[in-house]
Amino acid sequence: MNPRRILAIARKELIQVRRDPRSLAIALLLPVMQMFLLGYGISLDIANIPTCVYDQEASQHSQALLARFKSSRYFRVVKSVRDYGGLRRAIDGGECQLGIVVPWNFSRQLTALGKTSVQAIVDATNDNTATLAEGYAQSVVSAYAGDEVELRFAGTARRLGAPQPLAVDSRVWFNEDLASRDFIIPGLVAMIMALVGALLTSLTLSREWERGTMELLISTPVTSMELMIGKLLPYFAIGLADAAFCVALAVGWFGVPFRGQIGTLLLTTLLFLAVVLGIGYAISASIRSQIGASQVALLFTMLPTAMLSGFSFPIDQMPAVIRAVTFVVYARYYVTIVKAVFLKGSGLAQLSFPIAGLLVYAAVITLVAARAFRKSIG
Amino acid sequence: MNEQIVAEKLVKRFGDFVAVDGVSFSVSRGEIMGFIGPNGAGKSTIIRIFCGLLRPTSGSARIAGIDVARDPEAVRQRIGYMSQKFSLYGDLTAEENLRFFARIYRVPRAELEARIRRAVEMAGLGGHTQALVSTLAGGWKQRLALGCAILHRPAILFLDEPTSGVDPQARRRFWDLIHATAAEGVTVLVSTHYMDEAEYCNRIALINQGRVVAVGSPRELRRNPRLGDLLVIECADVGRAMGILRSAPGVREAAVFGNTLHVSVEDKARAVAEIPRLLGAQGLECRRVAPIEPTLEDSFVELVGERAESKQGART
Repeated sequence: MNPRRILAIARKELIQVRRDPRSLAIALLLPVMQMFLLGYGISLDIANIPTCVYDQEASQHSQALLARFKSSRYFRVVKSVRDYGGLRRAIDGGECQLGIVVPWNFSRQLTALGKTSVQAIVDATNDNTATLAEGYAQSVVSAYAGDEVELRFAGTARRLGAPQPLAVDSRVWFNEDLASRDFIIPGLVAMIMALVGALLTSLTLSREWERGTMELLISTPVTSMELMIGKLLPYFAIGLADAAFCVALAVGWFGVPFRGQIGTLLLTTLLFLAVVLGIGYAISASIRSQIGASQVALLFTMLPTAMLSGFSFPIDQMPAVIRAVTFVVYARYYVTIVKAVFLKGSGLAQLSFPIAGLLVYAAVITLVAARAFRKSIG
Repeated sequence: MNEQIVAEKLVKRFGDFVAVDGVSFSVSRGEIMGFIGPNGAGKSTIIRIFCGLLRPTSGSARIAGIDVARDPEAVRQRIGYMSQKFSLYGDLTAEENLRFFARIYRVPRAELEARIRRAVEMAGLGGHTQALVSTLAGGWKQRLALGCAILHRPAILFLDEPTSGVDPQARRRFWDLIHATAAEGVTVLVSTHYMDEAEYCNRIALINQGRVVAVGSPRELRRNPRLGDLLVIECADVGRAMGILRSAPGVREAAVFGNTLHVSVEDKARAVAEIPRLLGAQGLECRRVAPIEPTLEDSFVELVGERAESKQGART
């Protein structure tokens, strides 16, 4: 193996990537787009629901309740109306997604019965948001009612040892919203690396076949090992740069806590890159058109990573059979590692199992990739 | 070792198709060997076997005494190759291409700059070294490809239809470069389907349907004894005239060349007298009948035609 030849290939490859708009887009644009699209897109958090209020009573109590809506970060009160017609128009026109109607006897109910009913009218065309909005609204009202009643009956209630008249509704998944992003984004880093790495390398040999440069390359004394190493080196660099960018964005922009060691992440990322680049290279050696190769690469990276790595669906909630399948999904090990390094601050020792999994994969894939390309045009 | 390229009973099959059918020949040091033949004759396949791109089905291909199938890498360091399809990197500049191949062939660092400069001069690139290769004109591309192929000073050069699709002036200039390279002791095997280019070679192998039909210098091949004497005939309706003459006694072969006929005959003097009479009897006016020097194309037509006939004979 000759280092000069390897470097010559690496240099040539880098020049070609730099001059190929498609590769450039995959290397630079795709990570940014994925981070922002999925970073914001896959989130259970909703905030600033445009809200319309219809205060029938217009009392001190009703205004106090509405003030809570106004100060909540979940709602943005954009309109106040005086009848149901106005409310309907606001929701139909798409101006608001939620209407809060405070009944004319709100204060009396609250004082006499210790409980209230407030009507929430939800635009249910977006079912998920509607359910969430309704739930949030309920918590705001319950919280208000609870505080009010507690305030008034504080003395007696405590003396009688009576239970709280109303409890704040606290379903877990509402409070989880912020945590969901912390949970998703580290997995997203893995997803982007798999996608970018395999896509770029899937083009590397198929480009030579497609453009007819392979024939000349094979006629030179370059060995298939030199070719593989030379061709993969630039993509290691690009992959690492993309990983650094995604991690920086995760911490700096999305505010995901990073509790582990950079070294742990670097080491495991190199292993993961060896796997995905090897897969892309092996695909590229067998499929001689760029489009075909990139499609297959997508199939082998995007799908298993998105579905079976624990990135979007927790592995321990999968049926046993599927859970068993995830052990052959290489991304599963890396997703586990990245999440643990980010959120738990795990070190190499705690991650020995997934690291071993990646190591085995990297070894196998490297062997497959090295054998996939033969210097022959037959 | 004087014989640089040796083929012995070389056979290459693709499924049922026999692309190379028992080919044997050899080329000596400093010689320019031309492969002439129609498309699909098997020229490229033979060259690709010698470059280690394809494995022969049977037989042996040796470069400087080394069997290509046994040690392809040792062969690759000794050869330069220009493939039929232009195959430098279009998205790299001329200089980037040269540097890439120089490093791949491990051209000594101390000599790298000088050799690249020489290749640039040879290609006549002038100020175009920083232009993307895909933007260069055909003649430049082709000379640059040759420059890349000889950067590492190979002993043997394989050029597969290097001049196809290039204008005549550029072709002429390219052949000058081939001659200059051969003069330095490089052995050249070049394929072409331009008959006129065959005249630039020291020796020619006529190739048809995977076989070497004839080997010899251009002069030897032109003076093919089987060709007999050659006459050129200018007459009306050359198509009909060809049919009449083919079945006439004393005529070996008749073929249309532009708006004339080339006819090979056994007895020149008799034919000159008889042919106008024969054609006149069929109502075809004969304007000129004259003996000519046979060209390579005449020889090729005769040889290939003979082969096609013997094949038909074998079938019946």
